[in-house]
Amino acid sequence: MCIAIPSKIIKIDGNSMATIDVEGAKRTASLLLLDDAEVGDYVIVHAGFAINKVNEEEALKTIEILRKTVSMMKTASDEKP
Amino acid sequence: MTNRYIKEYRDDSLSRKIIDGIKATSKKKIKLMEVCGTHTVSIFRSGIRSVLPENISLLSGPGCPVCVTDQREIDIFIQLSKRDDVIVATFGDLMKVPGTDSSLIKERANGKDIRIVYSAMDAVEIAKKTPDKNVVFFGVGFETTAPTIAASILTAEKEGIKNFYVFSAHKLVPPALNALMNMDGVNIDGFILPGHVSVVIGTNAYRQFFNEFRIPCAIAGFEPADILQGILALIEQIESQKPYLVNTYKRVVSSDGNKKAMQIMLDVFDITDASWRGIGLIPESGLRIKEKFKEYNAEEKFVFSIPASQPIKGCECGKILTGLITPPECPLYKKTCTPEDPVGPCMVSTEGTCAAFYRYSS
Ligand code: SF4
Repeated sequence: MCIAIPSKIIKIDGNSMATIDVEGAKRTASLLLLDDAEVGDYVIVHAGFAINKVNEEEALKTIEILRKTVSMMKTASDEKP
Repeated sequence: MTNRYIKEYRDDSLSRKIIDGIKATSKKKIKLMEVCGTHTVSIFRSGIRSVLPENISLLSGPGCPVCVTDQREIDIFIQLSKRDDVIVATFGDLMKVPGTDSSLIKERANGKDIRIVYSAMDAVEIAKKTPDKNVVFFGVGFETTAPTIAASILTAEKEGIKNFYVFSAHKLVPPALNALMNMDGVNIDGFILPGHVSVVIGTNAYRQFFNEFRIPCAIAGFEPADILQGILALIEQIESQKPYLVNTYKRVVSSDGNKKAMQIMLDVFDITDASWRGIGLIPESGLRIKEKFKEYNAEEKFVFSIPASQPIKGCECGKILTGLITPPECPLYKKTCTPEDPVGPCMVSTEGTCAAFYRYSS
């Protein structure tokens, strides 16, 4: 039931309904469960509702940490006899 | 155009590096459980099972909402669908779930008005357009879904719609984790916690569970790299014998969750005891519509008589949902039970473990 892919808000109408873009497909989603959302935000959509915004900064940070950690681990394991 | 980080998370080289990390770190023979139907599907589809070292087993827990719905609740849905004054609105994956003597799909073939909707708001719309019928929505799902259904009740109230009802069979995840840990024979070394339930409830909602059992826990997202990252976090904890509650899905999950969604959910529902398939009655693990909103409660409006719901003969869904067995250990798997002709709910729902096994492991 979850769309795991973040969707981009491309339009918001007066009734807290948004038009969203899910990798090229257009759908609608209610924004009633969010405090604030703007056109251009990426949101996670579940059963027709945006349930949260995606924090792009965190997303990139996680990847950076991940890349560093795993490359360190790889080196450590390579060094073992 | 996809945003930048999604590309990064889908980058195979990242996944491969994490897998190398897992292989280099993991020594012990362990069982990890995911508690989310979307994780189940993603794990099977991406082939993660086949790339992990043999000492790591992945189990699917009670994370598929349709699968954990109690047989009595399914029977109530089917009974409601037989009424001529009712239009049933439901998420599609409930259609084929077998009740004691029928299913929604059979009732629809019998001419009953049963509509598949994508959102509870669609059911409110149907009610608006058909004022001479009672529209009943079957509320099945966890903390991710419950706020959406609460919002639909608030919308019906705001718009003065009087023929919209919800049957609430919602379930809450943290109490189920507690119950699972206390079950005989259940033996899990770490939990991959559900991404989107956690979006709503936040990391802190698991704190009590974690403090009680001190078992490694990692909240994870749904891209292959996300899930692998969650697994790696669990393995590090297991190997170092230092359990933590970690959030590896920080781009959408915060410590406190989505406070507005939680507020809306708790404005409309009270927390109540609930029965789970395979686990039984779990205290404070369900949601009941508050007295204040009783005019939207299908349980207030309609009288049901469900004499005795029968467990589905030969179906081992209960044991599968608790990780006690895997689908191939069920004698009916692939024989009389297939996605086309399912015997139990774990084969019906696309998020069910039996269906995922069937589709992706041949
Ligand atoms: S294979 Fe079918 S009968 Fe067996 S546990 Fe799964 S759903 Fe039930």
